[in-house]
Amino acid sequence: MAGHTVEEIKKETRGYILVFVALAALTVVTVGVSYLHLSIGPAIVLALFIATIKGSLVACFFMHLISERKLIYSVLILTVVFFIVLMVVPLSSFLDHLAPWG
Amino acid sequence: MEIPYTIDDRPDTGLYNAKLGIWLFLASEVMLFGALFSTLVLLRTGADYWPHGYEKLNVPLATINTFVLIASSVTMVMSWASLRLKDFRKHRLYLWLTFLCGLGFMVIKGIEYGTKFSHHLYPSTDNFYATYYTLTGLHGLHVVGGMVVILYLLLTGSRMWQSQPERFTNRIEVVGLYWHFVDLVWIFLFPILYLL
Amino acid sequence: MSVPEKQPAAVAEHHGHHEEPFWKKYIFSQDHKVIGLQYGITALFFLMFGFCLMLLMRWQLAFPGKPVPLLGGLASMSRLFIYGALLILAIAAVYLLRGRATGAVRGLAVAVVTLASVFLFVTLVARLLSDANAPGGIILPEFYNQLGAMHGTIMVFLAVVPLLVGAFGNYVLPLQIGAPDMAFPKLNMASYWCYLPGGLVMLMSFFVPGGAANSGWTSYPPLSNIATQGQTWWLFGMVLLITSSLLGSVNFITTVFQLRAKGLSFMRLPFFCWAQLVTSFLLLLAFPPLEAAGILQLADRLLGTSFFMPSGLVVSGQVLDVAGGGSPLLWQHLFWFLAHPEVYVLILPAMGIVAEVIANNTRKPLWGYKAMVYATIFLGFMSFIVWAHHMFLTGMGTSISAFFQTTTMIISVPSVVILTALLISLWGGSIRFNTPMLFALAFLPMFGIGGLTGLPLGLAPSDIHLHDTYYVIGHFHYVVAPGTIFAIFAGIYYWFPKFTGRKMSEALGKLHFWPSLIAINCVFMPMFIQGLAGVSRRLYDGGQQYAHAQEVLHWNAFMSAGAYMLLLAQIPFIFNFFWSMRRGEKVGANPWQATTLEWAAAPSPPVAHGNFPQVPVVVRGPYEYSPPDEDVEFLPQHTPQQA
Repeated sequence: MAGHTVEEIKKETRGYILVFVALAALTVVTVGVSYLHLSIGPAIVLALFIATIKGSLVACFFMHLISERKLIYSVLILTVVFFIVLMVVPLSSFLDHLAPWG
Repeated sequence: MEIPYTIDDRPDTGLYNAKLGIWLFLASEVMLFGALFSTLVLLRTGADYWPHGYEKLNVPLATINTFVLIASSVTMVMSWASLRLKDFRKHRLYLWLTFLCGLGFMVIKGIEYGTKFSHHLYPSTDNFYATYYTLTGLHGLHVVGGMVVILYLLLTGSRMWQSQPERFTNRIEVVGLYWHFVDLVWIFLFPILYLL
Repeated sequence: MSVPEKQPAAVAEHHGHHEEPFWKKYIFSQDHKVIGLQYGITALFFLMFGFCLMLLMRWQLAFPGKPVPLLGGLASMSRLFIYGALLILAIAAVYLLRGRATGAVRGLAVAVVTLASVFLFVTLVARLLSDANAPGGIILPEFYNQLGAMHGTIMVFLAVVPLLVGAFGNYVLPLQIGAPDMAFPKLNMASYWCYLPGGLVMLMSFFVPGGAANSGWTSYPPLSNIATQGQTWWLFGMVLLITSSLLGSVNFITTVFQLRAKGLSFMRLPFFCWAQLVTSFLLLLAFPPLEAAGILQLADRLLGTSFFMPSGLVVSGQVLDVAGGGSPLLWQHLFWFLAHPEVYVLILPAMGIVAEVIANNTRKPLWGYKAMVYATIFLGFMSFIVWAHHMFLTGMGTSISAFFQTTTMIISVPSVVILTALLISLWGGSIRFNTPMLFALAFLPMFGIGGLTGLPLGLAPSDIHLHDTYYVIGHFHYVVAPGTIFAIFAGIYYWFPKFTGRKMSEALGKLHFWPSLIAINCVFMPMFIQGLAGVSRRLYDGGQQYAHAQEVLHWNAFMSAGAYMLLLAQIPFIFNFFWSMRRGEKVGANPWQATTLEWAAAPSPPVAHGNFPQVPVVVRGPYEYSPPDEDVEFLPQHTPQQA
């Protein structure tokens, strides 16, 4: 839960500016990297890595998930599990066609 | 009988109703965009040829849009912080800025679409453009939805601030959560569509 | 809960503006009870309509190429009659709902409403048999496909789920947890007002050129992508219905977590509430992918994209002019990502209703309550990772098939746990065989048959033989029709006194139950025989052309006779339902001597805004029947607070 005293809130707002700077810097980095035209594998890993950091910053500070209640964490963990299932399983329909194990 | 916990937190969950409600809604939104991302990944891996985003799309314009949307998130969170500091004037200023950033985002998006249309690049051109238009279009609709709610709060806010200041602060928090989520989706859309 | 001292003032205040305007009280209501009833009545209408689509199909299957009897003449009747009947119905209904009519005038108005409604309903069904669909009353193959697709869609999305969740969930859940209303009343209203237009869009789609959607309720592309415009209507309807479900599920979950009465811990929650909670999570997280898929299919149809269109598709000898590169398999994944959890959406609340009725009518606590709760949670979780067992024949590969076979076998365990717990709950009870209990008892073996016949379908080797045969139809109908719909009937008979303050007639109830039970088994049991013989589903002629089907074809007429018997068996119910609203035996707050809050702490019907005259405080578990050390027969969950 976010702080309540004036001091705490003012401290939080300073934090928001820092997050903004970090987000802007990371945006510059990810765009810069894209101009290097890396091969697709490393490019995906790097781009998603930066995006995940940026996303975490937004979620943790702007959406103040860093100090949220247990119930909300539980709901989100459940969602993330099914999100991963949704991302991975349709793709694995093609496992047989790749057949790394024959 | 009044519905409990519309303003105060329920002791055992530590939440007021709307906050749990918006997080549940956002969970469903995660699954909505999850399905669309899954579609993109599946189609791209299955395709014989798929262009790099930077070959086809306008990266500088999208980068500007990324800054605009991040800025709007900051102003949104500042507008909530101002309310908690009981500074309604500052809150309004920040909320207007948020709205204008949203508007700016949509205008830039419009320019981007316009250029594509003028080159006869439509959703039906190929699956690259199909996913591009569908994902950014749906994201744009979310931005517009958020703008509508923000405008509503700008127009009716002062009355509610006077009668129920705590409830109004909660409302701004909840709208903020939604707005940041839309920002978060863009943070992933941007590299996946434009940079890879 | 608000401070008890405030209560008398709050009650008095509500008496002050008791007279709400008609539209606010009945149409755009924010009271969960009215919304529940709106859902219930709308969904019962769609249940009946979906049933009639099935009756048309069964006519065609039993007597292929013969004109549908009786309805033919009505199909070509002038529209003036319809508009006239609508006008008369509207006037009489508004007149009645204002509640000022008395005596003979009232009786006349009731008769007019009844006649006009029956006339309009029959006309609606008859108008489906237009010249484009059924020239001379003979059903065309294209129309048969519409019937199949829309029967499934309507029964699942417009009838059964709205009844279980929209109606019972909405009405009963806040009462059982001791809440004054849902957490978000406006959202609740919005949910109904997305559901109703969604339903109307589906209905209207029958009357657009080319008719309603005809690609099955699963709407598999590429067939659905190139289908007539009815499919576009179907997609719009689905987007509305999904939105309605999402609003509802956010509301339900928040309500359960935030508005439980003081002392009502999760392990004191009636099982029905647990079932609703898990169901809401399924709707919340499984529906969005179908919404996404629906949007993608709309894009395919309207914007010319190729999300689900493979390259080089040839239709009627022409290569389609689309970009291609899409994946039909993707739709199946996204569709079943919802549609398998949807199966549990159809069954969990039904189990919830059955558990309430059984605990109440055995006069003893549920056996293994905690095991049932944990099984329900586990079931809900697992239901997200079994979906591709619907897709064994798509060529998606053996590794992924192996995974989904395993999860499918695992998910059968918690279902069996719940069913077994309900069965053992009967042991040693002093059972009251009233109508709700009869339906609840019938649920157990019927769902058992449905569930167990599902196992061979969950294993790829046996599924290869059984896939898309009548065996599948038999299997899921046993789950949903004599399973879930019987549970719905149990719920209606059980909670009717709470809705209206009157009981439904027991004699008519039994006249409804026994013929329904026999007839419904006559409809579905032979499907297993036909399916095992290899008769495919969705065959317009019921399998006449197939050599291997000849041995089992005679069952078609038998099953159809069963279906018409089932229709006749519903007449006592429909009569009972409306008759008992005004003439049923008047009852007090708790006619079933139940322990849960909706009966024990609220009057029948509950207080218009706020439900409870006094805020209940819960002190014990949900099913304290025949407590051993007390001299009472049952202990309500709450102790009444001294005013």
